[in-house]
Amino acid sequence: MGIVPGLIKGLGVTLKEAKRTVFPDGMMKPPSPAKGAATVQYPHEKEELAPRSRGVIALKEENCTSCMLCARECPDWCIYIEAHKYLAPPRKAGGKPRQRNELDRFDIDFSLCMYCGICVEVCPFDALFWSPEYEYSEPRIADLLHDKDRLADWMTTVPDFESYEAGSEQKVRKVPR
Amino acid sequence: MTLAIQLSYWQQTVFRSLGIAAAVLLPAGTIVYVYLFKMMSFMQSRLGPMEAGPFGSMQLLAEVGKWLQKEDLIPAKADKRVFMLAPVVVMLSTFLIYTVVPFGPDAWFTNLDTGIFLALALSSVSVIGTLMAGWASANKYSLLGGLRAAGQLIAYELPLVLAVVGVVIQAGTLNLIGIVTAQGDGEIFGFGALGNPYIITQFIGFLIFLIATQAELTQAPFDMPIAESELISGYMTEYSGFRFLLFFIGEFATAGAFAALASVLFLGGWTIPPFIIDPQSNVMNVLGPLVMLAKMMLVLFLIFWFRFTYPRFREDQLQQLAWKYLIPLSLVNIAATAILKVAF
Amino acid sequence: MVAITERQQLAYIAGQAADARLNLELETEGMTLNIGPQHPATHGTLRIVAKLDGEKVIAAEPIMGYMHRGYEKLAEVRTYPQITTLINRIDWLGSFANEVPFILAAERLMEIEAPPRAQWIRTILFELSRIANITLFLGDMGAQLGAVTPVFYAFRDREFVLNQIESATGGRFHPNFDRIGGLKDDLPKGWIAETKLAMARIRDFCDQIDELMFGNEIIGVRTRGVGVIPAEVGLSFGLSGANIRASGVDWDHRRDTPVGLAYDKLDWKVWTHPDGDSFARMWVRLQEVRESTKMVEQLLDGIPAGPIMAKVPRIIKVPEGEAFIVTENPLGEMGYYVVSQGDLMPFRVKIRTASFNNISITPWLLRGVFVPDIITILGSLYFILGDIDV
Repeated sequence: MGIVPGLIKGLGVTLKEAKRTVFPDGMMKPPSPAKGAATVQYPHEKEELAPRSRGVIALKEENCTSCMLCARECPDWCIYIEAHKYLAPPRKAGGKPRQRNELDRFDIDFSLCMYCGICVEVCPFDALFWSPEYEYSEPRIADLLHDKDRLADWMTTVPDFESYEAGSEQKVRKVPR
Repeated sequence: MTLAIQLSYWQQTVFRSLGIAAAVLLPAGTIVYVYLFKMMSFMQSRLGPMEAGPFGSMQLLAEVGKWLQKEDLIPAKADKRVFMLAPVVVMLSTFLIYTVVPFGPDAWFTNLDTGIFLALALSSVSVIGTLMAGWASANKYSLLGGLRAAGQLIAYELPLVLAVVGVVIQAGTLNLIGIVTAQGDGEIFGFGALGNPYIITQFIGFLIFLIATQAELTQAPFDMPIAESELISGYMTEYSGFRFLLFFIGEFATAGAFAALASVLFLGGWTIPPFIIDPQSNVMNVLGPLVMLAKMMLVLFLIFWFRFTYPRFREDQLQQLAWKYLIPLSLVNIAATAILKVAF
Repeated sequence: MVAITERQQLAYIAGQAADARLNLELETEGMTLNIGPQHPATHGTLRIVAKLDGEKVIAAEPIMGYMHRGYEKLAEVRTYPQITTLINRIDWLGSFANEVPFILAAERLMEIEAPPRAQWIRTILFELSRIANITLFLGDMGAQLGAVTPVFYAFRDREFVLNQIESATGGRFHPNFDRIGGLKDDLPKGWIAETKLAMARIRDFCDQIDELMFGNEIIGVRTRGVGVIPAEVGLSFGLSGANIRASGVDWDHRRDTPVGLAYDKLDWKVWTHPDGDSFARMWVRLQEVRESTKMVEQLLDGIPAGPIMAKVPRIIKVPEGEAFIVTENPLGEMGYYVVSQGDLMPFRVKIRTASFNNISITPWLLRGVFVPDIITILGSLYFILGDIDV
């Protein structure tokens, strides 16, 4: 407890905190509460998010084979995929035509999305990636359904995968650009 | 008022009314901005309102505008007349307290010989307003808040009054202007340069006055009547729009009123040490209000500092503090003051 | 049309009888006060029907279920990774802690053990979620008692822990990081050093709260002797976590139940307090946060190198069997009883949450206290509505 009663010590804590906010560089410099405060003045300043932050999902259309794994595993069933088969020309002359899938529709409904990441994790062909972008709120809920092109646009915001801590045996994956 | 022109009585009344409105609302606005918006925020590592006006200075205007445009809700089962009158009663007592506070040698609204008596009596009127609000809201939470407020405010009236008695004994008059002049002209052991602010001799009285003020304003640690985490807003819960604005401004205007009383009684009012400016000169009529504002802000700093730091007492603990500790202490203070006044 | 259950009928009749008794004895009518479900003090949508006599509580009954989200039923129709996503949201403040017992139960059924690196990092994240949860409690307790400032300090310093969870898992509140057989990904470079800084910050916060709140005489007067829970009563109601440790019972699953986390390799102690009142519960939690920061630093220094995931098939079908794993979560004791019939989805998951039992003591505890003490006691018991209603 000490000699100073707890009431006075409590007052000291708040005063010290006020001083730290208003004079973050000490009493000799002019007051700058904007620097000392713990808050970020959004929208004038924005915070730096971690690269793994789950903001929005980006789609690399060339890699997608419409295997439907992501749509199946999504707990909310918010991924809508439609695809059709077509015959691509054979790789070498005289070979068989190859059957490929072509995506007609790949929509993610972000009004339902839980941002769990199961779809990104489950994709066997590296077609889905996380991006830390979060400023895509819309006045209408229907606009939160991102179609193929919008999802492809998000690919430019996907950061590279970070390297791991010492002692890890994971290989750093590459984001296909 | 020594002016170059002669004003008739009705013109003086208009002038006084405008003056009171300014005296109540300007400090209330400053208090809300400096302490509630900025000081509380700085103590909590944040900046407070920054968007409305430069550094959020227009936030109060924005809030006033917001409250004014809200729907005027009155609960269906509420006692309508009492419900509507309650905030008016509270504001009334606040406005009337300011009439007896002197702001300069000639800048006062009324010169009553029982100035401090009137001020303390008026502060009791707001208790009725609180009870009316709590009862008329037809809400169990508001009722609880109103009853708690009644018990608390009445209990803390006594230490408030008794703390002032010591000052009155020392000054020898109930007239607030007389108290200010006594402090300004007084001497501390023959040293006359600083006047004699009663905070030095009446230190215990000052502390009791501060604590009792904190309780009269239902500020933490005595904010059981409002107790945000239990009663949401206590007796103010059902009020919205302009009526809530009256309570809100009333709360801070009353804080200013009590701070004004504290600076008049204990800090020397509008006087500044005589070696700077002669107290009777006309400059003090302009400088006086500013000095009063500065002293009020000082007292309010203490009041709000306690508010933002401490949790709240429980109702029975509040009452114990008032009846068992503050009242005997203030009685001892009066006795000591009286003895020392006669002895010296 | 709302059907009244038999329980509600009985409660209504009991209330009327209590009213009648009161009228006979004291010739005053008791007032029935409904605290909640929308109320700032009840940590969510809890409703407490309190019968008051002036400011004293004669009887109080908690009515839960306003936030029931049907987790156990949902778990019957979701696959194991999907369930892991959902159960993050049971105790939403210490979210990683919810995943751990479930994943451990599934691993026990599959007879897979996570590699040591995964176990250590699981323990680190478990302790980080404990720190995030309890720092909020410390700030919130101040708010319940009327102090406006501690909440801001709590949120400000909790950000550092949440930032660390975010940089490792991608989500601040819902990490969704635990997988059967290990973890989803490894730690990014620089995480260990940053987390140590965050731990230092949390320790500073604990000291600040100690000075601001615990030494404060007003808090002492509000919480000491309020809501005393004797040890036998607490145990009979099934209290767990800091609530029972504050009554002097030395009960901690981290030390006593080895489940595959790295606690046996650390040097730490379990904090108890003999008093059993609200102050004791606050105090035990403060010491627990401090202890957790030291544990995290020990863990960070000793993470073994190795793989992060055991060899697990692509499509997870858990073999038949039942497993019950219980762990020491931030709120208390949390357990998952997983019954599997060899499918992609479990047959039945029973979730034993800490707060459900913690709140069952309120009718016994709230008799004869004042109305402000209800808030103190509920705040010190510390429950999360998502945890009660599952």
